[in-house]
Amino acid sequence: MNIDDIKKEFPIFDDKIQNNDLVYLDSANSSQKPRVVVDRIYDFYTKEFSNVGRSVHYLAVAATNLYEQTRVSVQKYINAKDKDEIVFTKGATEAINLVANTFGQKYLSEGDEVLLTELEHHSNYVPWHFLRKAKNIKIEFAEINDDGEVTLEAIEKKITNKTKIISVSHLSNVTGAILPIKEIVQLAHSKNIPVLIDGCQGAPHLKLDMQDIDCDFYAISGHKMYGPTGIGVLYAKKKWLEDLPPYQGGGGMINEVKKEGITYGELPNKYEAGTMATAQVIAFNESIKFMEKIGIQNIEKHEKELLDYGLEKLRKNNSVNIIGNPKEKGGVISFTIEGVHPHDIATILDEDGVAIRAGHHCCQILHDKLNLPATARASFGVYNTKDDIDKLDEAINKCKKIFNL
Amino acid sequence: MDLKDLYQEIILDHGKNPRNLGKFDNYNKDAKGNNPLCGDNVHVYLRLNENKKVEDIAFEGHGCAISMASASIMTDMVRGKEEKEVKEIVSDFLGMIKEKDSLETNILKDDEKTKLMSLSGVKQYPMRVKCATLSWHTLTSALDNSDKIVKTEE
Repeated sequence: MNIDDIKKEFPIFDDKIQNNDLVYLDSANSSQKPRVVVDRIYDFYTKEFSNVGRSVHYLAVAATNLYEQTRVSVQKYINAKDKDEIVFTKGATEAINLVANTFGQKYLSEGDEVLLTELEHHSNYVPWHFLRKAKNIKIEFAEINDDGEVTLEAIEKKITNKTKIISVSHLSNVTGAILPIKEIVQLAHSKNIPVLIDGCQGAPHLKLDMQDIDCDFYAISGHKMYGPTGIGVLYAKKKWLEDLPPYQGGGGMINEVKKEGITYGELPNKYEAGTMATAQVIAFNESIKFMEKIGIQNIEKHEKELLDYGLEKLRKNNSVNIIGNPKEKGGVISFTIEGVHPHDIATILDEDGVAIRAGHHCCQILHDKLNLPATARASFGVYNTKDDIDKLDEAINKCKKIFNL
Repeated sequence: MDLKDLYQEIILDHGKNPRNLGKFDNYNKDAKGNNPLCGDNVHVYLRLNENKKVEDIAFEGHGCAISMASASIMTDMVRGKEEKEVKEIVSDFLGMIKEKDSLETNILKDDEKTKLMSLSGVKQYPMRVKCATLSWHTLTSALDNSDKIVKTEE
């Protein structure tokens, strides 16, 4: 694949940003959008707009079909058995909240344990913390090792006969560690424990096959997959979606509403209350097609090359300290520079158009463990090149110069 | 925008070697502040004597060069001042960071004003303004005996 051609499909790179060519190294936060996605939103609103699933007029039927086509595309993309196992949410955060809330309501009571890991994003901790407050459940954290990985053994160590659900990241947004999720699922299932995978960083970069992974739940963020904001996906095995109570109440998710009582709708409507992010869902289909066209294997290969190049380059740069050294690692490099705070790094890099993130990346538990208040992070997308990494390296040198290092 | 305005020598110096860093024993007022977006935090300790004068002041915390330098310069600047004067300096500083071109208070000498104006570079960097103001809001909170932790986000 030709990266220059792929990059041309992203309008953000057409113009200079603050007089610089944009070096966008913040895709773990959110990816840029290809023209097909942006155009799809415009076309839908200007030529095809209607609400879905309600009216019988032409536009409503057409919009409903488009909306449902995305569901089928996602189903195929992640190899889910049934299109009804795909629930649209406003993001991965809502997908995790949906599971914590409904599973918690039905299956968790005082003293029960939820097993997370130390590298979870706040979105895979705070929803469970709500249950700790409301139901007095316990939250356990599988530990990271010195390389910034969570091993199968670390998970096994924390499983007790009180563990009711395991919820772990597919790929760490800080250390880049890819967790052995298939093995974790096998282990958990041998003990009858369901598993939720936070796939925010997994879905944009790794091949997904729900039949192979066999997890019970998988949360996906659309905006990290070259898609619009406001759209996420919860994949859940049908048995769970049928078994668990609804999440939000409102229009669209009901069967019959009487003064005496209410019955809920069939899947997938049961979990999609109110008017959904229709345009975003429809445009998300273009993101899936865009990724399919390039091929996830090619994306993985390209990002691995960037990672290897980036690690080699930054390791050679004195005073740069790379956080974590996982054997299986995605396109994320978190680092610190001795004597320069990550916020200062980010501001100085930004001056040259190098966009990175600095802070705790919504992983305070992990940063506490690493004993670092903040780190700087460069993360890759399909549009990045080795030239971007060279510019990152140069900007880091400028940073060191300003701070007299 | 110019990085040289933001990272002046004096900022780099105070950021690297913050003055008045570390808790002292006989403080009688203190307050904590944090910036939940980035994880910066500061804890300001001060001793106000019977004449309402700041006898001693120090801070603990961690953060970027801007936030460390700001806390360092602030503590230097308000030591020996009366509570009333401190509040005037704080409000003058915050006013300058937000909108005014210069400092207006007569309490500070010209060289002190110059020192404080070295932080004015953050005005060009809206995302960094909170780094410069956190310790100042926390100082106000300490003087007011507020138990509430100062946050840059509400």
